[in-house]
Amino acid sequence: MRRIKEMVIEKALLSSALITIAVTVGIILVLSIEAIAFFSEVSIIDFFTDTQWTPLFADKHFGILPLLSGTLLTSFIAIAFAVPVGLSISIYISEYAPKSFRRTVKPALELLAAVPTVVYGFFALTVVTPFLQSFIPGLSGFNALSAGLVMGIMIIPFISSLSEDALHAVPHSLREAAYGMGSTKLQNAFKVMVPAASSGIIVSIILAISRAIGETMIVAIAAGQQPRLTLDPTVPVETITAYIVQVSLGDVQHGSLEYRTIFAAGITLFVFTFLLNTISYRIRKRFQEKYE
Amino acid sequence: MSKLKTKESIIDSDIKRKYKLQAEGVKVFYDDFMAIKGIDMSIKANKVTAFIGPSGCGKSTFLRLFNRMNDYVDGFRMEGKITIDGGNIYKKKINVEQLRKQVGMVFQKPNPFPKSIFENVAYGLKIQGIKDKRFLQEKVEESLKQVALWDEVKDGLNKSALALSGGQQQRLCIARTLAVEPSVILMDEPTSALDPLSTAKIEELIYELKKEYTIVIVTHNMQQASRVSDYTAFFYMGELIEYDQTKKIFTNPEKQQTENYITGRFG
Repeated sequence: MRRIKEMVIEKALLSSALITIAVTVGIILVLSIEAIAFFSEVSIIDFFTDTQWTPLFADKHFGILPLLSGTLLTSFIAIAFAVPVGLSISIYISEYAPKSFRRTVKPALELLAAVPTVVYGFFALTVVTPFLQSFIPGLSGFNALSAGLVMGIMIIPFISSLSEDALHAVPHSLREAAYGMGSTKLQNAFKVMVPAASSGIIVSIILAISRAIGETMIVAIAAGQQPRLTLDPTVPVETITAYIVQVSLGDVQHGSLEYRTIFAAGITLFVFTFLLNTISYRIRKRFQEKYE
Repeated sequence: MSKLKTKESIIDSDIKRKYKLQAEGVKVFYDDFMAIKGIDMSIKANKVTAFIGPSGCGKSTFLRLFNRMNDYVDGFRMEGKITIDGGNIYKKKINVEQLRKQVGMVFQKPNPFPKSIFENVAYGLKIQGIKDKRFLQEKVEESLKQVALWDEVKDGLNKSALALSGGQQQRLCIARTLAVEPSVILMDEPTSALDPLSTAKIEELIYELKKEYTIVIVTHNMQQASRVSDYTAFFYMGELIEYDQTKKIFTNPEKQQTENYITGRFG
């Protein structure tokens, strides 16, 4: 009886593992099949070189570059804002703040990641954009800057929390060594702790980038829906994710070429985040070996 | 007036020559727990002084008072006075970083930085703002020679210090400490994580180093205390039970407790 119970439990655990794998494989399959169908009609060279993305207009162009530039621009702004802030927070918490501060502030920070992204989107649109408009004349109502900054706020806890974990995981003996040699707190933090935790910190940044690239609601609401190849953060842009939302919500015919564009865009996005996650996985593995 | 001054400074330097470190009425608390219960002690310059005693007797805590490494422990509080060369190191205006350059420390587990061998030894000089490459190279070589590690690592100074063996890492940590030219070296069970051969090398090194440095070593190893030290202090339950020449402690201790401990009857 006991053996049967053991066996049932084991198979149940196995099947839950298999389900997640099956779902992943399924997603990749659907993406690939639809994308292949898309690329049988649109040349992959045009897809990557055409500078216009107008699949819903009469004059159709299928260049992913404008969407890609929108995604990279908003993500870059988010990262440029979140990395310095997130790292400062993590260094402060792990090297300067009293332990009680860590216990209360860290969970509070992680709450930032729990705010629904749609709330962030409206925060960007109705608070941050008007605020920025007051000293950036000509800032459009929808723009990459405001969306990027708010996305930055959203990913701060990814960076601060994971980096702080990495700093916290550095053996205490190294901190003692640094102080024993006469380091100031600042020297201890930047010459010993940060280099020692560098792989964990890099992983946190990569995961944050991955999160920013995949983020949908904030950019769909606040960055606009105008695909354009630009690095100007003050004008409306459209990201890959925002485009997918736009088409999914619209009345595009199922199975049409217009419909398939979202899978082509989707697989581009997937390749990006997959690569980033793989890199971070590799780095994390190397990091674990170092301290074991 | 001037005569008086000279007289004073003669007395001062006389104390300096005799006692490097002094503790007066030292009590240490962690929150409400009293870890050190009032210790007076004077430690001679250019000698090796060993602290022995069972775990939790306060010997490590006491050692760490001399470079203020307890400052980071939550709830730490000290009463009394600790002086180095006559100067109170717990007065308000003391520069703790400067103090730690003068009082180096070697820890129980070898703790090299995850940097190259060269960077490890040069660290203490670099954080003082020394950038002269030539000087750094000379100093690194000199320090590594002092710990007899130079021949083993001279062809791979840029290799990671973590690739060295435990014994080599510990000698590297000593070299790192020597590079900033301290006058006192505190060693907190420096060989407890090492094999007997590496231990022997470190002990030889300690014997060499006492010509130039005042060394205080905490050890659990009675043989080690008797081999390397000139003076031995026996701690028990936060008190200094007996402190004398090592030979005296190990052959003819005054107190019964000391005898019990060194003969292995407890602890």
